[in-house]
Amino acid sequence: MAKSPRITRRSFADYLLGTGLVALAGTVLYPLARYLIPPKVKEVAAGSVVAAKVGDLQPNSGKVFLFGSKPAILIHTGQGTYKAFTAVWCACHDGHYDTISGQVLAGPPPRPLAEFGVTVKGNDIVVTRTA
Amino acid sequence: MHLGGWLEDRLRWRAADAFLRHKAVPIVRHGYVYYFGGITLFLFVVQVVTGLLLLMYYKPTAEAAHDSIRFITSKVQFGWLVRSVHSWAANLMVFWVFAHMFGAFFVGAYRRPREVTWISGTLLLFITMTFGFTGYLLPWNTLAYFATKVGTEIVGAVPLVGHGLLVLLRGGEDVTEATLNRFFGIHVAILPLLTTMLLGFHLFLVQLHGMSRPESRGPARSVAFVPNFVLREALIWVIGLGVLATLAVLLPWPVGERADPLAPAPAGIRPEWYFVFMFQTLKLIPPHVLGIEGERLGILAFMLAALVLLAVPLLEHDDRKTRARRIALALGIFAVLYMAGMTIVGYLVP
Repeated sequence: MAKSPRITRRSFADYLLGTGLVALAGTVLYPLARYLIPPKVKEVAAGSVVAAKVGDLQPNSGKVFLFGSKPAILIHTGQGTYKAFTAVWCACHDGHYDTISGQVLAGPPPRPLAEFGVTVKGNDIVVTRTA
Repeated sequence: MHLGGWLEDRLRWRAADAFLRHKAVPIVRHGYVYYFGGITLFLFVVQVVTGLLLLMYYKPTAEAAHDSIRFITSKVQFGWLVRSVHSWAANLMVFWVFAHMFGAFFVGAYRRPREVTWISGTLLLFITMTFGFTGYLLPWNTLAYFATKVGTEIVGAVPLVGHGLLVLLRGGEDVTEATLNRFFGIHVAILPLLTTMLLGFHLFLVQLHGMSRPESRGPARSVAFVPNFVLREALIWVIGLGVLATLAVLLPWPVGERADPLAPAPAGIRPEWYFVFMFQTLKLIPPHVLGIEGERLGILAFMLAALVLLAVPLLEHDDRKTRARRIALALGIFAVLYMAGMTIVGYLVP
């Protein structure tokens, strides 16, 4: 029978100490790493915001407002209706969009703008997430 | 060229290596006091790490401060742990700074050539207490708000410069958001900067002079710093971490109620435990002593005590059993008993 390699007491103690230290480092670093992950902040609660008051906007003008934490634009079209989109001109890639339909007019963006639902409630222009 | 040689050329690390190999810690009676400074250092490192983590979410405004602490303890993963560890380690650190100071005092480690080490250590003690005082307000809860009000009022009673100091500390006549902003800046920028510089200096001096050996009979024995002392100290740090985690988990530090300046001060209000002996003294002094306002007299006495503490190595510098040594020991024992006694009285008397 081949003699198995002898494990000295010293190497056994070193092994215990080493694995113990690694485990300790893990238990300390794991909560710290998890702590740094930002918690989910609530999105706009009802999925709708009051973007403007009726009369704030002249026809054929627009206003940038905050939908949750992202900018969006509200447009008063020439026909007297309101439209809301996620953006209207993307500076990063010089993309242009049609302000009535959200279709791409020029530039590289592959998709049309996401359109919000717009309703007028009393004096408020309310923008809601549609999708 | 070998990596060792390459590094040696640039960093001269072999000198440090040789230095550490020769460093030794004396084996003496009450040798455990040599570990106190290391425990304090460990808790300071914990404070730096957890403090930086808390900074990721804390908001230093009257409007948002308390909510941001609640956010940390309820929404952020392990936020309750980080926050609780920071509070517990702060209190333990104050305790061990005092233990380290009294330990060094009673073995006479402040004598030549370690006078400057002692003075830098005493300044670090004062800084630690300021850390505690400013950090206490940051959660912006009722207790902290009124403790800060009372604490800064006491500063305001300092003769001559008191009112100026009060306005400077509060950032105005009252404890407001301006106070919170100041305390935040002091707590997370000014004091850490001062501490890092002074602590670096303090540790450098400890290396320069080596560990002090108190007068003792018998042969001078010592234990190697590397690896024997380092391993023992490491064991104590691991135990310290365990105690800290256990306290933080089983006794989470309360967040308290959001501060309301319109509410009356809560009954039985007292400062953090390490200020209680001073607070209780000021309460017990009669309103007028020898025609001087009692509170002012008490504050003057504590300022004098702080000066004496700083000047200990200049007042008592003889190694032999002299009268000065006996007086110093008696005063030290009196200080420990007085602080412990007054703290207990402060907690027993409503």
